[in-house]
Amino acid sequence: MIIDVGIIAAKAFLVLFMVLNLAGILGWIERKGSALIQDRIGANRASIFGFAGMGLVNTLVADPIKFLFKEDFIPAKGDKLLHTLAPCLALFPALVTFAVIPFGDVLILGDRVINLQVANLNIGILYTFAMASLGVYGIVIGAWASNNKFSLLGGVRGAAQMISYEIAMGLSIMGVLMFYGTLELQEMVRAQGELLWGWLPAWGFFLQPLAFLLFFTAAVAETKRIPFDIPEGESEIVAGYHVEYSGGKFLMFFAGEFAEIVTAAGLVATLFFGGWQVPWLMPDGFHFPWGGTLLLSNLSVTLLQVGAFAFKVIFFCWLQILVRWSLPRFRYDQVMRLGWKMLLPVALINVVVTAVWIILRQGLSSNP
Amino acid sequence: MILFLILAVLSIVFSLLVVFRRNVVHNAMALAATLFLVSILFITLDAPMVGALQVLVYAGAIMVLFLFVIMLLNPAALEPRPAAWSTVGSLASLALLWEMVALFFYRPPFAAPPPVAGNFGGPEALAQSLFTNFVLPFEIASVLLLVAIIGAVALGKKAS
Repeated sequence: MIIDVGIIAAKAFLVLFMVLNLAGILGWIERKGSALIQDRIGANRASIFGFAGMGLVNTLVADPIKFLFKEDFIPAKGDKLLHTLAPCLALFPALVTFAVIPFGDVLILGDRVINLQVANLNIGILYTFAMASLGVYGIVIGAWASNNKFSLLGGVRGAAQMISYEIAMGLSIMGVLMFYGTLELQEMVRAQGELLWGWLPAWGFFLQPLAFLLFFTAAVAETKRIPFDIPEGESEIVAGYHVEYSGGKFLMFFAGEFAEIVTAAGLVATLFFGGWQVPWLMPDGFHFPWGGTLLLSNLSVTLLQVGAFAFKVIFFCWLQILVRWSLPRFRYDQVMRLGWKMLLPVALINVVVTAVWIILRQGLSSNP
Repeated sequence: MILFLILAVLSIVFSLLVVFRRNVVHNAMALAATLFLVSILFITLDAPMVGALQVLVYAGAIMVLFLFVIMLLNPAALEPRPAAWSTVGSLASLALLWEMVALFFYRPPFAAPPPVAGNFGGPEALAQSLFTNFVLPFEIASVLLLVAIIGAVALGKKAS
């Protein structure tokens, strides 16, 4: 009993720890990576006894210290309670969504079988969407409580954008859900371990490439980053919904954005790139399609799976940062047009085509 | 049981805040919190599907639209003002309160509910009943929503 509770607590702590730390490291990757992309040197000012560590000291030591010791400014005519609540509301959904994303299959320790997932809900994917839909509160409330016209504009834009893209995001994964026939993420990842034509892993990307593009676009829009950063739009509305935030509260918005990147990457990896699946790795070891087998113990298989999942998550985080530093910002009307007139109809067509295909395939397999 | 008590007390406190706070945005946030707490209550009652849909639809979409509208309104329009018919409304709600208190004291005690099937409240069970036994009401509801959408678009076009 105590051990079971301990295992659950350890898993929850591990996931939260990894998400928060990856969010911090992404801050470094974003600054140094953007410098690399734009042929600059990037964060190189702060150092400890001459040690700058590729800007690590600057972004992971100096920046947080600066944030935490800055004055926490609340606008005089703003709403103090809601102004304080908003950053928490922005950070909370980003951190709890990861609870249903599996980071490995099962780890067998003695006679104990540990499911490597914090919460195994039978509605898994709906939970992530429910939490993602709460993310809009942080922005709207923060924008309103600041009593600033720029931030209110940012909040209104943010609310409109996030609600629009939630719909496209929800519809885009319908095809994937129909294929795997479950809402449970762990089941979905297990189903992706099967092989197509004996050699290609049945990852969501190979079955539903269009859905991947739609989902990834909508997920980037949900994180409110360039090219979808109209709620911030610093050249139009200063910094949008977080104009009036400074110090620790701004850091929370900032960390929430990076945690959203991590969560989006985790969802993309889970739904479309096999989650913790390594190609041809079965629970007892590798079974290569050209005939070789390599038997491995449960522990090494688990380590490989967790490593593969971490690699995929980090890859998609990097891809999002790459997108952010490569594209210009869309205009508000362009964002709305893309969401409602392009992503949504294409997602609907994808759903219909997938449904027809599944029914035809069932018909073929039942009466040959 | 302890969890239920905590959730129940919190949701009652937040629903009272919905009624008694003067600030409209505070009201809306308290309502969102109440909906969220009730959804946790659903999850503790083995109905995670209903809980998730509650958050997704009510807290995540409808309340956000409420906030959206409130934020776009002129703050002066948000000042509380005495509503017409307030006496009748108060009397009606007092009568409703009386009914509820009476019901609370003069009814047989709760019988233990019969055990439910293992897949109760799951997505499959819900979809099965929606698309077999209740397909007609389901379709009527969707046609109603469609009519509302078309009506909203028509009104929006006329205004511009």
